[in-house]
Amino acid sequence: MKAKGKKPELIPFPSQTVGPYFQIGLSRPEPTSQIAPPGVPGERLKLVCSVFDGQGWPLNDALVEIWQANANGKYHHPDDRQKKPVDPAFLGFGRMATNNEGICVFETIKPGRVPGPGKNPQAPHLTVSVFARGVLKRMATRIYFAGDAANEEDFVLARVPKARRNTLMAQPVPGEPGTWRFDVHLSGKQETVFFDV
Amino acid sequence: MYPPYKPTLLRSPRKPLIVLPHTLSEVTGPVYGHGDISETDNDLTRQHDGEPLGERITVSGRVIDDNGRAVPNTLIEIWQCNAAGRYRHHVDRHAAPLDPNFSGAGRTLTDGQGRYFFTTIKPGAYPWQNHPNAWRPAHIHFSLFGTAFCQRLVTQMYFPDDPLFPFDPIFNSIPDEKARKRLICKFEMDLTKPEWSLGFRFDIVLRGREGTPFESKR
Ligand SMILES: [Fe+2]
Repeated sequence: MKAKGKKPELIPFPSQTVGPYFQIGLSRPEPTSQIAPPGVPGERLKLVCSVFDGQGWPLNDALVEIWQANANGKYHHPDDRQKKPVDPAFLGFGRMATNNEGICVFETIKPGRVPGPGKNPQAPHLTVSVFARGVLKRMATRIYFAGDAANEEDFVLARVPKARRNTLMAQPVPGEPGTWRFDVHLSGKQETVFFDV
Repeated sequence: MYPPYKPTLLRSPRKPLIVLPHTLSEVTGPVYGHGDISETDNDLTRQHDGEPLGERITVSGRVIDDNGRAVPNTLIEIWQCNAAGRYRHHVDRHAAPLDPNFSGAGRTLTDGQGRYFFTTIKPGAYPWQNHPNAWRPAHIHFSLFGTAFCQRLVTQMYFPDDPLFPFDPIFNSIPDEKARKRLICKFEMDLTKPEWSLGFRFDIVLRGREGTPFESKR
Protein backbone atom coordinates (compact mmCIF):
# COMPACT_ATOMS: atom_id res chain seq x y z
CA MET A 1 0.00 0.00 0.00
CA LYS A 2 1.15 3.58 0.45
CA ALA A 3 3.20 2.48 3.41
CA LYS A 4 5.25 5.27 4.91
CA GLY A 5 8.95 4.90 4.32
CA LYS A 6 8.43 2.76 1.24
CA LYS A 7 11.36 3.34 -1.09
CA PRO A 8 10.18 5.21 -4.18
CA GLU A 9 11.29 2.38 -6.43
CA LEU A 10 9.00 -0.01 -4.53
CA ILE A 11 5.80 2.00 -4.84
CA PRO A 12 3.33 0.06 -6.98
CA PHE A 13 2.92 1.25 -10.55
CA PRO A 14 -0.03 3.43 -11.50
CA SER A 15 -2.82 1.96 -13.57
CA GLN A 16 -3.90 3.18 -17.01
CA THR A 17 -7.05 2.57 -19.01
CA VAL A 18 -7.27 -0.51 -21.24
CA GLY A 19 -8.47 1.83 -24.00
CA PRO A 20 -10.67 0.78 -26.91
CA TYR A 21 -8.37 -1.85 -28.42
CA PHE A 22 -7.80 -4.30 -25.57
CA GLN A 23 -9.28 -7.18 -27.50
CA ILE A 24 -6.08 -7.33 -29.52
CA GLY A 25 -4.13 -8.33 -26.46
CA LEU A 26 -6.60 -9.63 -23.91
CA SER A 27 -8.61 -12.19 -25.80
CA ARG A 28 -6.00 -14.80 -26.44
CA PRO A 29 -5.85 -17.72 -26.55
CA GLU A 30 -9.63 -17.18 -26.56
CA PRO A 31 -12.25 -15.52 -24.41
CA THR A 32 -13.21 -17.67 -21.47
CA SER A 33 -16.92 -17.61 -20.97
CA GLN A 34 -16.98 -21.18 -19.72
CA ILE A 35 -15.47 -20.94 -16.26
CA ALA A 36 -16.77 -24.41 -15.39
CA PRO A 37 -16.82 -26.96 -18.20
CA PRO A 38 -19.67 -29.49 -18.06
CA GLY A 39 -19.11 -32.12 -15.41
CA VAL A 40 -17.53 -29.84 -12.83
CA PRO A 41 -19.31 -30.54 -9.53
CA GLY A 42 -21.59 -27.81 -8.23
CA GLU A 43 -24.81 -25.94 -8.87
CA ARG A 44 -24.60 -24.77 -12.47
CA LEU A 45 -25.11 -21.08 -13.18
CA LYS A 46 -25.46 -18.98 -16.25
CA LEU A 47 -24.32 -15.54 -15.23
CA VAL A 48 -25.43 -12.66 -17.43
CA CYS A 49 -23.36 -9.55 -16.68
CA SER A 50 -24.19 -6.11 -18.01
CA VAL A 51 -22.09 -2.97 -17.71
CA PHE A 52 -23.66 0.53 -17.75
CA ASP A 53 -22.35 4.07 -17.61
CA GLY A 54 -23.62 6.88 -15.40
CA GLN A 55 -26.55 7.59 -17.70
CA GLY A 56 -27.60 3.98 -17.89
CA TRP A 57 -26.17 3.36 -21.37
CA PRO A 58 -24.68 -0.09 -21.87
CA LEU A 59 -20.93 -0.25 -22.56
CA ASN A 60 -20.07 -2.21 -25.67
CA ASP A 61 -16.36 -1.90 -24.94
CA ALA A 62 -15.93 -3.21 -21.41
CA LEU A 63 -13.99 -6.23 -20.21
CA VAL A 64 -15.18 -8.33 -17.28
CA GLU A 65 -12.97 -10.77 -15.40
CA ILE A 66 -14.20 -13.27 -12.81
CA TRP A 67 -12.19 -15.12 -10.18
CA GLN A 68 -13.93 -17.66 -8.00
CA ALA A 69 -13.61 -20.68 -5.77
CA ASN A 70 -14.98 -24.11 -6.60
CA ALA A 71 -18.10 -25.63 -5.05
CA ASN A 72 -16.05 -26.67 -2.01
CA GLY A 73 -14.99 -23.09 -1.36
CA LYS A 74 -11.43 -23.80 -2.49
CA TYR A 75 -9.40 -21.65 -4.88
CA HIS A 76 -7.20 -23.23 -7.50
CA HIS A 77 -4.14 -21.45 -6.15
CA PRO A 78 -1.04 -22.56 -4.23
CA ASP A 79 -1.78 -20.22 -1.31
CA ASP A 80 -5.17 -21.77 -0.63
CA ARG A 81 -3.99 -24.37 1.89
CA GLN A 82 -7.41 -25.67 2.85
CA LYS A 83 -7.54 -29.45 2.83
CA LYS A 84 -10.21 -29.57 0.19
CA PRO A 85 -10.01 -31.00 -3.31
CA VAL A 86 -9.37 -28.90 -6.40
CA ASP A 87 -10.67 -29.95 -9.77
CA PRO A 88 -8.04 -29.62 -12.51
CA ALA A 89 -10.86 -28.91 -14.98
CA PHE A 90 -11.96 -25.90 -12.94
CA LEU A 91 -9.48 -23.04 -12.79
CA GLY A 92 -11.96 -20.45 -11.58
CA PHE A 93 -11.09 -17.71 -14.06
CA GLY A 94 -13.25 -16.18 -16.76
CA ARG A 95 -12.79 -13.17 -19.01
CA MET A 96 -15.20 -11.72 -21.55
CA ALA A 97 -15.66 -8.48 -23.44
CA THR A 98 -19.18 -7.07 -23.48
CA ASN A 99 -21.15 -7.26 -26.72
CA ASN A 100 -23.05 -4.47 -28.50
CA GLU A 101 -25.77 -4.64 -25.86
CA GLY A 102 -23.23 -4.28 -23.07
CA ILE A 103 -23.64 -7.91 -22.02
CA CYS A 104 -21.31 -10.81 -21.42
CA VAL A 105 -22.28 -14.28 -20.28
CA PHE A 106 -20.39 -16.77 -18.12
CA GLU A 107 -21.14 -20.44 -17.60
CA THR A 108 -20.01 -21.53 -14.18
CA ILE A 109 -20.94 -23.12 -10.86
CA LYS A 110 -21.92 -21.48 -7.62
CA PRO A 111 -18.80 -21.19 -5.45
CA GLY A 112 -18.75 -22.64 -1.96
CA ARG A 113 -18.03 -20.56 1.12
CA VAL A 114 -14.40 -19.58 1.61
CA PRO A 115 -12.86 -18.73 4.99
CA GLY A 116 -13.40 -15.27 6.38
CA PRO A 117 -11.60 -13.41 9.12
CA GLY A 118 -14.16 -14.12 11.84
CA LYS A 119 -15.76 -17.35 12.92
CA ASN A 120 -18.02 -17.44 9.90
CA PRO A 121 -16.91 -18.31 6.41
CA GLN A 122 -17.76 -15.74 3.75
CA ALA A 123 -20.99 -16.01 1.80
CA PRO A 124 -20.68 -17.46 -1.70
CA HIS A 125 -19.25 -14.78 -3.97
CA LEU A 126 -17.23 -14.19 -7.11
CA THR A 127 -14.62 -11.47 -7.39
CA VAL A 128 -14.97 -9.23 -10.40
CA SER A 129 -12.69 -6.82 -12.28
CA VAL A 130 -14.18 -4.38 -14.76
CA PHE A 131 -12.07 -2.56 -17.34
CA ALA A 132 -13.06 -0.17 -20.13
CA ARG A 133 -12.04 2.82 -22.15
CA GLY A 134 -12.45 5.78 -19.83
CA VAL A 135 -11.96 3.61 -16.75
CA LEU A 136 -8.62 4.68 -15.31
CA LYS A 137 -8.15 1.79 -12.95
CA ARG A 138 -9.48 -1.73 -12.72
CA MET A 139 -12.79 -1.53 -10.84
CA ALA A 140 -13.00 -4.34 -8.29
CA THR A 141 -16.32 -5.62 -7.03
CA ARG A 142 -18.00 -8.84 -5.88
CA ILE A 143 -21.02 -10.81 -7.00
CA TYR A 144 -23.14 -12.32 -4.23
CA PHE A 145 -26.38 -14.24 -4.67
CA ALA A 146 -29.62 -12.58 -3.66
CA GLY A 147 -31.51 -14.58 -1.09
CA ASP A 148 -28.56 -16.66 0.13
CA ALA A 149 -28.92 -16.94 3.90
CA ALA A 150 -25.14 -16.70 4.33
CA ASN A 151 -25.23 -13.09 3.11
CA GLU A 152 -26.50 -12.07 6.55
CA GLU A 153 -23.25 -13.07 8.21
CA ASP A 154 -20.80 -12.04 5.50
CA PHE A 155 -18.12 -9.72 6.85
CA VAL A 156 -17.61 -7.87 3.55
CA LEU A 157 -21.31 -7.16 3.06
CA ALA A 158 -21.38 -5.95 6.66
CA ARG A 159 -18.92 -3.19 5.67
CA VAL A 160 -21.23 -2.00 2.90
CA PRO A 161 -24.02 0.47 3.77
CA LYS A 162 -27.29 -1.45 3.81
CA ALA A 163 -28.89 0.68 1.11
CA ARG A 164 -26.12 -0.21 -1.35
CA ARG A 165 -25.79 -3.93 -0.68
CA ASN A 166 -28.25 -4.79 -3.42
CA THR A 167 -25.73 -3.49 -5.98
CA LEU A 168 -23.60 -6.54 -5.16
CA MET A 169 -26.40 -9.07 -5.61
CA ALA A 170 -26.91 -11.24 -8.65
CA GLN A 171 -30.64 -11.73 -9.14
CA PRO A 172 -32.30 -14.90 -10.42
CA VAL A 173 -33.89 -14.39 -13.84
CA PRO A 174 -37.58 -15.29 -13.62
CA GLY A 175 -38.59 -18.25 -15.74
CA GLU A 176 -34.99 -19.24 -16.46
CA PRO A 177 -33.83 -21.61 -13.74
CA GLY A 178 -30.08 -21.39 -13.12
CA THR A 179 -29.75 -18.02 -14.85
CA TRP A 180 -28.64 -15.05 -12.77
CA ARG A 181 -28.25 -11.46 -13.78
CA PHE A 182 -25.65 -9.03 -12.47
CA ASP A 183 -25.56 -5.37 -13.47
CA VAL A 184 -22.53 -3.18 -13.04
CA HIS A 185 -23.21 0.56 -12.93
CA LEU A 186 -19.91 2.41 -13.15
CA SER A 187 -21.57 5.61 -12.00
CA GLY A 188 -25.00 7.19 -11.55
CA LYS A 189 -27.93 6.64 -9.19
CA GLN A 190 -27.47 2.89 -9.04
CA GLU A 191 -23.68 3.05 -8.80
CA THR A 192 -22.23 -0.35 -7.92
CA VAL A 193 -20.15 -0.72 -4.78
CA PHE A 194 -16.49 -0.92 -5.74
CA PHE A 195 -13.73 -1.99 -3.41
CA ASP A 196 -10.27 -0.73 -2.68
CA VAL A 197 -8.31 -3.95 -2.65
CA MET B 1 -12.46 10.80 -12.83
CA TYR B 2 -10.22 13.04 -14.92
CA PRO B 3 -12.38 15.44 -16.98
CA PRO B 4 -9.78 16.20 -19.68
CA TYR B 5 -10.07 12.49 -20.59
CA LYS B 6 -13.71 12.76 -21.59
CA PRO B 7 -15.13 9.24 -21.24
CA THR B 8 -14.12 9.21 -17.56
CA LEU B 9 -17.05 11.57 -16.87
CA LEU B 10 -19.71 8.88 -17.22
CA ARG B 11 -17.55 5.92 -16.36
CA SER B 12 -16.08 6.78 -12.97
CA PRO B 13 -17.70 6.12 -9.63
CA ARG B 14 -18.58 9.16 -7.52
CA LYS B 15 -18.82 7.32 -4.23
CA PRO B 16 -15.67 6.39 -2.34
CA LEU B 17 -14.27 2.88 -2.72
CA ILE B 18 -14.94 0.62 0.25
CA VAL B 19 -11.73 -0.67 1.78
CA LEU B 20 -11.63 -4.44 1.67
CA PRO B 21 -9.22 -6.20 4.03
CA HIS B 22 -7.62 -9.02 2.15
CA THR B 23 -9.24 -12.41 2.41
CA LEU B 24 -8.43 -15.60 0.59
CA SER B 25 -10.42 -14.20 -2.34
CA GLU B 26 -8.05 -11.24 -2.76
CA VAL B 27 -4.72 -12.99 -2.13
CA THR B 28 -5.39 -15.67 -4.73
CA GLY B 29 -5.88 -15.22 -8.45
CA PRO B 30 -5.49 -17.01 -11.75
CA VAL B 31 -1.98 -18.43 -11.86
CA TYR B 32 -2.63 -21.62 -13.82
CA GLY B 33 -4.05 -22.38 -17.21
CA HIS B 34 -2.88 -19.44 -19.24
CA GLY B 35 -2.69 -21.75 -22.19
CA ASP B 36 0.28 -22.74 -24.22
CA ILE B 37 2.65 -19.92 -24.85
CA SER B 38 4.37 -20.39 -28.15
CA GLU B 39 7.87 -19.39 -29.08
CA THR B 40 6.77 -16.38 -31.10
CA ASP B 41 4.30 -15.08 -28.54
CA ASN B 42 6.91 -12.74 -27.07
CA ASP B 43 8.37 -11.83 -30.46
CA LEU B 44 5.86 -9.66 -32.31
CA THR B 45 8.20 -9.41 -35.29
CA ARG B 46 7.99 -13.14 -36.05
CA GLN B 47 4.27 -13.82 -36.04
CA HIS B 48 3.81 -13.59 -39.82
CA ASP B 49 5.59 -14.72 -42.97
CA GLY B 50 7.29 -11.38 -43.45
CA GLU B 51 8.75 -8.86 -41.08
CA PRO B 52 6.80 -5.84 -39.87
CA LEU B 53 7.97 -2.38 -40.85
CA GLY B 54 9.38 -0.14 -38.15
CA GLU B 55 12.15 0.23 -35.67
CA ARG B 56 12.86 -3.15 -34.04
CA ILE B 57 13.09 -2.95 -30.24
CA THR B 58 13.58 -5.21 -27.24
CA VAL B 59 11.52 -4.46 -24.14
CA SER B 60 12.67 -6.23 -21.04
CA GLY B 61 12.49 -5.87 -17.29
CA ARG B 62 11.65 -7.45 -13.99
CA VAL B 63 8.32 -7.73 -12.23
CA ILE B 64 8.57 -7.30 -8.46
CA ASP B 65 6.07 -6.62 -5.69
CA ASP B 66 6.24 -3.68 -3.33
CA ASN B 67 8.32 -5.70 -0.89
CA GLY B 68 10.95 -6.04 -3.60
CA ARG B 69 10.22 -9.71 -4.17
CA ALA B 70 10.34 -11.11 -7.69
CA VAL B 71 7.00 -12.18 -9.18
CA PRO B 72 7.86 -15.38 -11.07
CA ASN B 73 5.76 -17.23 -13.66
CA THR B 74 3.24 -14.47 -14.00
CA LEU B 75 1.42 -13.77 -17.24
CA ILE B 76 2.19 -10.52 -19.06
CA GLU B 77 0.08 -9.57 -22.05
CA ILE B 78 0.87 -6.62 -24.29
CA TRP B 79 -0.85 -4.95 -27.22
CA GLN B 80 0.08 -2.02 -29.40
CA CYS B 81 -0.39 -0.27 -32.72
CA ASN B 82 2.02 -0.67 -35.61
CA ALA B 83 4.85 1.67 -36.57
CA ALA B 84 2.39 3.86 -38.48
CA GLY B 85 0.13 4.32 -35.44
CA ARG B 86 -2.67 1.96 -36.51
CA TYR B 87 -4.21 -0.85 -34.45
CA ARG B 88 -5.42 -4.04 -36.06
CA HIS B 89 -8.90 -3.48 -34.65
CA HIS B 90 -12.19 -2.74 -36.38
CA VAL B 91 -12.88 0.47 -34.46
CA ASP B 92 -9.52 2.05 -35.37
CA ARG B 93 -10.24 4.35 -38.32
CA HIS B 94 -6.96 6.28 -38.30
CA ALA B 95 -5.89 6.99 -41.89
CA ALA B 96 -2.62 5.11 -41.54
CA PRO B 97 -1.80 1.77 -43.16
CA LEU B 98 -2.19 -1.61 -41.53
CA ASP B 99 0.90 -3.78 -41.68
CA PRO B 100 0.11 -7.28 -42.97
CA ASN B 101 3.06 -8.57 -40.96
CA PHE B 102 2.06 -7.13 -37.61
CA SER B 103 -0.75 -8.16 -35.25
CA GLY B 104 0.41 -6.17 -32.25
CA ALA B 105 -0.25 -8.72 -29.50
CA GLY B 106 2.25 -10.52 -27.29
CA ARG B 107 2.23 -12.65 -24.19
CA THR B 108 4.85 -14.23 -21.97
CA LEU B 109 5.42 -15.62 -18.50
CA THR B 110 8.07 -14.10 -16.25
CA ASP B 111 10.93 -16.44 -15.41
CA GLY B 112 11.95 -17.59 -11.93
CA GLN B 113 13.47 -14.17 -11.18
CA GLY B 114 10.48 -12.24 -12.47
CA ARG B 115 12.21 -11.27 -15.73
CA TYR B 116 10.53 -10.96 -19.09
CA PHE B 117 11.52 -10.14 -22.68
CA PHE B 118 9.60 -8.93 -25.70
CA THR B 119 10.83 -8.18 -29.20
CA THR B 120 8.57 -5.87 -31.16
CA ILE B 121 8.63 -2.70 -33.23
CA LYS B 122 8.31 0.78 -31.82
CA PRO B 123 4.64 1.81 -32.00
CA GLY B 124 3.73 5.09 -33.68
CA ALA B 125 1.79 7.99 -32.21
CA TYR B 126 -1.89 8.12 -33.18
CA PRO B 127 -4.75 10.63 -33.13
CA TRP B 128 -7.80 9.84 -30.98
CA GLN B 129 -10.38 12.64 -31.17
CA ASN B 130 -10.67 13.24 -27.43
CA HIS B 131 -10.19 16.95 -28.13
CA PRO B 132 -9.02 18.95 -31.17
CA ASN B 133 -5.70 17.62 -32.48
CA ALA B 134 -5.43 14.95 -29.79
CA TRP B 135 -2.51 12.54 -30.23
CA ARG B 136 -1.43 9.71 -28.00
CA PRO B 137 2.28 9.47 -27.22
CA ALA B 138 3.77 6.17 -28.43
CA HIS B 139 2.93 3.45 -25.91
CA ILE B 140 2.55 -0.27 -25.37
CA HIS B 141 -0.38 -1.56 -23.28
CA PHE B 142 0.66 -3.94 -20.49
CA SER B 143 -1.56 -6.35 -18.53
CA LEU B 144 -0.29 -8.30 -15.51
CA PHE B 145 -2.01 -10.74 -13.18
CA GLY B 146 0.64 -11.10 -10.51
CA THR B 147 -0.26 -14.00 -8.25
CA ALA B 148 -3.36 -12.51 -6.65
CA PHE B 149 -6.58 -10.66 -7.44
CA CYS B 150 -5.28 -7.65 -5.50
CA GLN B 151 -2.20 -7.42 -7.75
CA ARG B 152 -4.03 -7.18 -11.06
CA LEU B 153 -2.63 -4.29 -13.09
CA VAL B 154 -3.30 -2.89 -16.55
CA THR B 155 -1.12 0.01 -17.53
CA GLN B 156 0.77 1.57 -20.45
CA MET B 157 4.48 1.88 -21.12
CA TYR B 158 5.80 5.04 -22.75
CA PHE B 159 9.09 5.93 -24.44
CA PRO B 160 11.66 8.47 -23.24
CA ASP B 161 11.42 12.14 -24.27
CA ASP B 162 8.10 11.96 -26.09
CA PRO B 163 7.07 15.51 -27.06
CA LEU B 164 3.40 14.56 -26.67
CA PHE B 165 3.53 13.96 -22.90
CA PRO B 166 2.33 17.43 -21.86
CA PHE B 167 -0.72 17.15 -24.14
CA ASP B 168 -1.93 13.64 -23.32
CA PRO B 169 -4.84 13.43 -20.84
CA ILE B 170 -4.37 9.68 -20.37
CA PHE B 171 -0.74 10.00 -19.33
CA ASN B 172 -1.64 13.01 -17.20
CA SER B 173 -4.59 11.29 -15.55
CA ILE B 174 -1.97 10.07 -13.07
CA PRO B 175 -1.82 13.09 -10.77
CA ASP B 176 1.64 12.53 -9.31
CA GLU B 177 4.43 13.46 -11.69
CA LYS B 178 6.89 10.99 -10.18
CA ALA B 179 4.38 8.16 -10.52
CA ARG B 180 3.67 9.16 -14.12
CA LYS B 181 7.32 9.11 -15.05
CA ARG B 182 7.68 5.56 -13.85
CA LEU B 183 5.63 4.48 -16.85
CA ILE B 184 8.40 5.71 -19.14
CA CYS B 185 10.84 2.95 -20.05
CA LYS B 186 14.57 3.61 -20.14
CA PHE B 187 16.82 3.22 -23.13
CA GLU B 188 19.59 0.81 -22.25
CA MET B 189 22.70 0.05 -24.24
CA ASP B 190 23.06 -3.27 -22.39
CA LEU B 191 19.74 -4.44 -23.81
CA THR B 192 20.54 -3.09 -27.25
CA LYS B 193 21.58 -5.84 -29.63
CA PRO B 194 24.31 -4.91 -32.13
CA GLU B 195 23.05 -4.73 -35.71
CA TRP B 196 19.58 -5.78 -34.53
CA SER B 197 17.44 -3.85 -32.03
CA LEU B 198 17.33 -0.97 -29.57
CA GLY B 199 16.80 -2.05 -25.97
CA PHE B 200 14.43 -0.54 -23.43
CA ARG B 201 14.11 -1.49 -19.77
CA PHE B 202 10.72 -1.45 -18.07
CA ASP B 203 10.73 -2.82 -14.52
CA ILE B 204 7.25 -3.13 -13.06
CA VAL B 205 6.18 -2.97 -9.41
CA LEU B 206 2.92 -4.65 -8.42
CA ARG B 207 1.25 -3.95 -5.13
CA GLY B 208 2.02 -6.55 -2.50
CA ARG B 209 -0.36 -8.81 -0.72
CA GLU B 210 -1.03 -8.33 2.93
CA GLY B 211 -0.01 -11.94 3.32
CA THR B 212 -2.41 -14.80 3.72
CA PRO B 213 -4.59 -13.18 6.35
CA PHE B 214 -5.87 -16.26 8.05
CA GLU B 215 -4.96 -19.86 7.82
CA SER B 216 -7.71 -22.33 7.23
CA LYS B 217 -8.93 -24.24 10.21
CA ARG B 218 -8.10 -27.82 9.51
FE1 LIG C 1 -3.29 2.61 -27.19
